[in-house]
Amino acid sequence: MDDVTTGEPLIVLDGVNKWFGPLHVLDDVSLSVGRGEVVVVIGPSGSGKSTLCRTINRLEPISSGTITFDGQPLPAEGKALAKLRSEVGMVFQSFNLFAHKTILENVTLGPVKVRKEKPAAARERGLALLDRVGIANQADKYPAQLSGGQQQRAAIARALAMQPKAMLFDEPTSALDPEMVGEVLDVMTSLARDGMTMVVVTHEMGFARHAANRVIFMADGQLVEDAPPTEFFANPRSERAKDFLSKILTH
Amino acid sequence: MSVLIDKFDVFAGGFWLTLQICVLAAIGALILGAVVAVLRISPVPPLRAVGTAYVNIFRNMPLTVVMFFAAFGLPALGSNADFLRIPGLDVVFRRLSTDLPYFRFALIALVLYTAAFVCEALRSGVNAVPAGQAEAARSLGLTFGQNLRYVVLPQSWKASVVPLGSVIIAMIKNSALVGFFGVVGDLSQTADQLTSAEGYAFIPVAIGISIGYLIMTVPLGALLDRIEKRQAVAR
Repeated sequence: MDDVTTGEPLIVLDGVNKWFGPLHVLDDVSLSVGRGEVVVVIGPSGSGKSTLCRTINRLEPISSGTITFDGQPLPAEGKALAKLRSEVGMVFQSFNLFAHKTILENVTLGPVKVRKEKPAAARERGLALLDRVGIANQADKYPAQLSGGQQQRAAIARALAMQPKAMLFDEPTSALDPEMVGEVLDVMTSLARDGMTMVVVTHEMGFARHAANRVIFMADGQLVEDAPPTEFFANPRSERAKDFLSKILTH
Repeated sequence: MSVLIDKFDVFAGGFWLTLQICVLAAIGALILGAVVAVLRISPVPPLRAVGTAYVNIFRNMPLTVVMFFAAFGLPALGSNADFLRIPGLDVVFRRLSTDLPYFRFALIALVLYTAAFVCEALRSGVNAVPAGQAEAARSLGLTFGQNLRYVVLPQSWKASVVPLGSVIIAMIKNSALVGFFGVVGDLSQTADQLTSAEGYAFIPVAIGISIGYLIMTVPLGALLDRIEKRQAVAR
């Protein structure tokens, strides 16, 4: 996974601050993510890592600082923002599939309504994507009929159907039973191999080790460390990171 | 019990008039309730305040008082509610156009009162759609309108339909009040007419009008149960 980045970075956060009332959830965060790069964000709960992930497609507006995506500053609410969001895939902790639509309809809604693709073409590509994430045989079922791992893979296919330039993962395996974590991480790993730009908030240290180009460690809203995974796990520089790793790796 | 057979046409006439006022009031309450619901979930604070005030007033006032206001307040303001003499509609619902305004007044009271409950049933449906789904729709690039149309409303409707049905059933029963506010010939006023004016025994007459209300409410309740069961499968 070396030398994947080329040209100017795809996502740039510069001096980003975010307050929830008196709570300073993002404290002067600057970060750039290159094209094809896989950045894994870890840290204790409440450290602001999910918020960081959600600011990138402006599901969470920021208080100050700038975020640019593909050279353009994030637009304010409106058509331009909707267009930007269509280019950034997002996968949520709780899947958030549309409960009243079949798996295939979940996957084709965006392409048909946002991109105005022909339903037949969207359907064909949707089925191919479902096949890629290994649930083609579930296409006509409703989300509630699927296991958590299948639902999350469907959610990944739904995001991929928009042919996004980057994918954001907000704790994609945290709501899954342990035996289903692997099937979701496998899909994410294959995406990373194919050169997708990814920002992944996770507690899966194994995924961070083998799939990430960089590991970001956050604590108290600050970006504390930014290093390749081998370096970070072998030699964390900050006390906060050492403390965090000792807590999660001893079990 | 012979009154049920001897006076069948009177019961049938009462049933028909009660059915008319219920159909009209249900249509009016659904429309007005939807408007108030949109106000209440609107992002514009003054509109929200108007919607909230409406619900607070009409949900918390006894229907009898609303009826008093309609039956005595409107004439005091010089209105006979003539705007309800809707051409076309008054072919089927002939009472809309009679010179005695009490049918129209009762209709207005029933609509105003029921709309507050309709609004809350619709709103509870919107709140029942998990916020994460709307977020997922936004992250796909759907606009606010597309989000409502393709993701939120189709699901909120499903969550609203059963509470809405309960609101309408309550409204049908509430319509029994109209006979005490000048409406002649609905089911409840029929009972009064047959017992106090024509001297029939009370219990058979009460059974007769009860059957009339049950013919309207029981099938509606059964329909709601079916809808609920079908939704349980889809969920």
